[in-house]
Amino acid sequence: MNTSLSWIKKYVPDLEVSAQEYTDAMTLSGTKVEGFERLDEDLEKIIIGQIIKIDRHPDADKLIVCQIDFGTGELVQIVTGATNVHEGDKVPAVLDGGRVAGGHDGVKTKGGIKIKKGKLRGVESNGMLCSIEELGSTKDMYPEAAEDGIYIFDQSAVVGESAIKALGLDDIVFEYEITSNRVDCYSVLGIAREAAATFGKAFVPPVVTFEENSEDVNDYIKVNVEDKDLCPRYCARVVKNIKIGPSPKWMQRCLSSSGIRPINNIVDITNFVMEEFGQPMHSYDLDTIAGKEIVVRRAADGEVFRTLDGQERILDSSVLMICDSEKPVGIAGIMGGENSMITDNVKTMVFEAACFDGTNIRLSSKKVGFRTDASGKFEKGLDPENAEAAMDRACQLIEELGAGEVVGGMIDVYTMRSETRRIAFDYEKVNKMLGTDIDEATMLSYFEKLELGYDADAKEVIIPTFRQDLECFADLAEEVARFYGYDNIPTTLPTGEATIGKLSFKLRIEAVARSTSQFCGFNQGMTYSFESPKVFDKLLIPADSELRNAVTIINPLGEDFSIMRTTSLNGMLTSLATNYNRRNKNVRLYEMGNIYLPKQIPVTELPEEKMQFTLGMYGEGDFFTMKGAIEEFFEEIGMKNKVAYDPASGKPFLHPGRQASIVYADTVVGYLGEVHPEVADNYDIGERAYVAVLDMPGIIPFATFDRKYEGIAKYPAVTRDISMVMKKEILVGQVEAIIEAKGGKILESYSLFDIYEGSQIKEGHKSVAYSIVFRAKDRTLEDADVNAAMSRILKELQGIGIELRQ
Amino acid sequence: MKEKLSVIKEEAIRQIQGADTLEKLNEVRVAFLGKKGELTAVLKGMKDVSPEDRPMVGQLVNETREAIESLLDETKDKMEKVAREARLREEVIDVTLPAKKNDVGHRHPNTIALEEVERIFVGMGYEVVEGPEVEYDYYNFEALNIPANHPAKDEQDTFYVNSNIVLRTQTSPVQVRTMEQGHLPIRMIAPGRVFRSDEVDATHSPSFHQIEGLVIDKNITFADLKGTLAQFAKELFGEETKVKFRPHHFQFTEPSAEVDVTCFKCGGKGCRMCKGSGWIEILGCGMVHPNVLRMSGIDPDEYNGFAFGIGLERIALLKYEIDDMRLLYENDVRFLKQF
Repeated sequence: MNTSLSWIKKYVPDLEVSAQEYTDAMTLSGTKVEGFERLDEDLEKIIIGQIIKIDRHPDADKLIVCQIDFGTGELVQIVTGATNVHEGDKVPAVLDGGRVAGGHDGVKTKGGIKIKKGKLRGVESNGMLCSIEELGSTKDMYPEAAEDGIYIFDQSAVVGESAIKALGLDDIVFEYEITSNRVDCYSVLGIAREAAATFGKAFVPPVVTFEENSEDVNDYIKVNVEDKDLCPRYCARVVKNIKIGPSPKWMQRCLSSSGIRPINNIVDITNFVMEEFGQPMHSYDLDTIAGKEIVVRRAADGEVFRTLDGQERILDSSVLMICDSEKPVGIAGIMGGENSMITDNVKTMVFEAACFDGTNIRLSSKKVGFRTDASGKFEKGLDPENAEAAMDRACQLIEELGAGEVVGGMIDVYTMRSETRRIAFDYEKVNKMLGTDIDEATMLSYFEKLELGYDADAKEVIIPTFRQDLECFADLAEEVARFYGYDNIPTTLPTGEATIGKLSFKLRIEAVARSTSQFCGFNQGMTYSFESPKVFDKLLIPADSELRNAVTIINPLGEDFSIMRTTSLNGMLTSLATNYNRRNKNVRLYEMGNIYLPKQIPVTELPEEKMQFTLGMYGEGDFFTMKGAIEEFFEEIGMKNKVAYDPASGKPFLHPGRQASIVYADTVVGYLGEVHPEVADNYDIGERAYVAVLDMPGIIPFATFDRKYEGIAKYPAVTRDISMVMKKEILVGQVEAIIEAKGGKILESYSLFDIYEGSQIKEGHKSVAYSIVFRAKDRTLEDADVNAAMSRILKELQGIGIELRQ
Repeated sequence: MKEKLSVIKEEAIRQIQGADTLEKLNEVRVAFLGKKGELTAVLKGMKDVSPEDRPMVGQLVNETREAIESLLDETKDKMEKVAREARLREEVIDVTLPAKKNDVGHRHPNTIALEEVERIFVGMGYEVVEGPEVEYDYYNFEALNIPANHPAKDEQDTFYVNSNIVLRTQTSPVQVRTMEQGHLPIRMIAPGRVFRSDEVDATHSPSFHQIEGLVIDKNITFADLKGTLAQFAKELFGEETKVKFRPHHFQFTEPSAEVDVTCFKCGGKGCRMCKGSGWIEILGCGMVHPNVLRMSGIDPDEYNGFAFGIGLERIALLKYEIDDMRLLYENDVRFLKQF
């Protein structure tokens, strides 16, 4: 919403503020000013002069030499190339040292263009005659301006006065951000009311009176509202003997400051009233209305209608139409029809000021695919009372402008009357809510400024219909707060029962995951939760996989963002690929983010959201580096048991020989592996890449922050090394399981110190060597203790076909 | 005997002074004081000395021994010192050679900002809670006083799964879920992902993060809201930070406000970052609307409270002067390693 200061001042005549003061104060009282533009920012020393004499330039065919009277007693010589000026014309001229906003081509120059006296082809020129474009505006906004030439004032202009003022350019246009609840502030009067209250000045709305002729509107037109639920009020009047012509300058200036192009008196009046009262109006040529009847009804499904911009629109039964007895003549609240529009030949017209259901207009305007200034206002939900006030104002302007004759009476189909609301008021309760100590009289004075009534006996604030946003006590408290000033409310901290600040166990575990990742060299990434259904193919996930059952977004930004991810891998691989593509070396990333698993398809309840701790890397390091990061994490969150790795994890996107399920306490809690070369190709990752995914809901039950000190060993340890030859298929994990199972209480630790396949070892076999450490807590171990344990281990190893080497 | 000792002593001194290495010095020690050393031999010969002379001779021997020993020690110290100094001279390194770093990873700027915010509010007694990212329309809108077909619903550019389920457009539904549990008083923050159908560009992302805050208790005032957020802003942006509360409108709070802080780059003088105004908008807040309390089963006549919502990316982008939001989701390590 844009409005000029001069328009506001029509209703707040005592308002004298600078643009910055206005901006700050209005913003702090709740009418946010986004910015302002001084129309004369780049205009200086531009005076109205009268051309007394024109001579041809002695040396240039295209130039003329003007002697201009600026009321100073002596003539000033200015040379111009304009062809539209004549002796006696009154024109704007910028004098030596002044500035204009831009060139004749309408291109503005920041800071303006400085004009100095000089010689044009040898003839002295002391300034420049100006076109409307050079003054920073356009012919659209100043329809009286010459098509291509100097702006010429009418003869009433006063020589020697400021041309900036005469053109209404000594003005400031403010841009507001109006919140959706303040429907009343989508109007100049609404903003003026707020400005008056903010600055403590009198609010003087226009006094509306006009003459009607002795005829009866009902003899001209009937109105039949069929779908009353969508049209709370429909007001119609008839204006006859219309004389189309330009609207007065003051009205044109108001409209152009709001960015509306002046057209003619009738159109301008409707636009002016729409801005002033916030009530869109429409005018129909009565001669085009068949049956002299207006019918307000829903469109038929598939009905086609040509709006006044010449576009064909396809409608359905949710869209409300304005019709005559035969055909539609307008889409209610959005745009009129080409078939009923006002032309220069109009004689009699129907004026419409109606109130339509805001939601319906909003949905309809979406459906037909366009918004207009009118629908933008209707969709906020207007006050039906305002329709009549706006209608009266429009008739007053018709009369004032001599644009026609108002026929007696108004047709008023008012089905859903807006009620005056009352809200119980207790000033102490307001103070209690705000933490203030404001007296009752002060609060009531704020209400009065806002035109809210007060019933002192009932202690109730009476809400006028234009303030439909005020519904309850808290709303009154806000009115008090914003006029008392948010800045003046004290700052305190909440008192009352103490609460303990904390993070949930889950969040604490996630924090450990982040810090462990960091120590292991992984950087934290974040990727989107939605992705393309094509990722399943990219990841070689079979057509019948559960993973393909994803939550689908019905209005996505595009197919690439259309399903909620069921695996976190695509985000990780995409990020690795981005880095690979940018030639970053040795990349390690992790992400902590949800996957979304639907409980049923189609989705009828919320999907299960499972936090996934996903790690990915390429460059230095291998499968076992990744495994190390996982085990570091497990240790940090108190998962001290041995982690098992099952190579039969069956992940199609991982290398078949280099993948494993991560098993903790017989539960699969995740997987890791090398990315399948075909998948790596699909993502354009040109190196071996490794990923791991830990399912956090699976891990959290095993995690703990409890720690117990176990004592540092006092007695010496005994170390035994064993060297074995075994079939390649036997996993060292199996060997370790046997060592753990058979080592007994005295087993302290074991470590793999050699693994070898090659010439000295027979085909299909490998040699593996372990160092096993035994220790007792309470004594020095005897050889016999260790021997017994070793023989149990060796026997079991031989049992699965492992040979011992000497 | 006396002469003999004196000769030994002089010979020892001569040899000690002649020794140029620690090894040679040790040889001297052995030669005189060792088991088979000369002075030891004298001691062994004490049995041949007459009993009346023994004390005198004994004393003489001891004196000689002490003299030799002290000279040996002194010389050894000197030689060691010289040797250490020589070694230290040799071991000089170029301290400007490159460091050997552990290649540790880095947290995402969003996380750093979030942890800051969490630290501040946990310190003020707030619990950090979470809620679902795919959410019922009821929690995301209706229970927040945004009924069906309300324009405020359109403004949020919602992604729908179906007519009842949405990708949450705000973290505010966690307010409702927390209140519904009925454990009062409440002081919580709820960080998390939210979604709006904005095309990706330098300042928009269809997926971003918010941090919701909610306090419900008896006798909570708007002044408390102001005080709490002023404290938060000082903690996050520095002690000098000022806050400005501007009236605004949100469906689920009344009165509502938007909060600006003095620009932390220019301190309020006006710069490119704050577009010359000296202020930067950081959050929206207000007193919880009585309709919202009622729908969540809390009696607005007994309890009230305030709520606020902070855009996490906004904080991160401003604080770390990141000029393009897309960087946050590309995960280029050259970006991530700067935090």
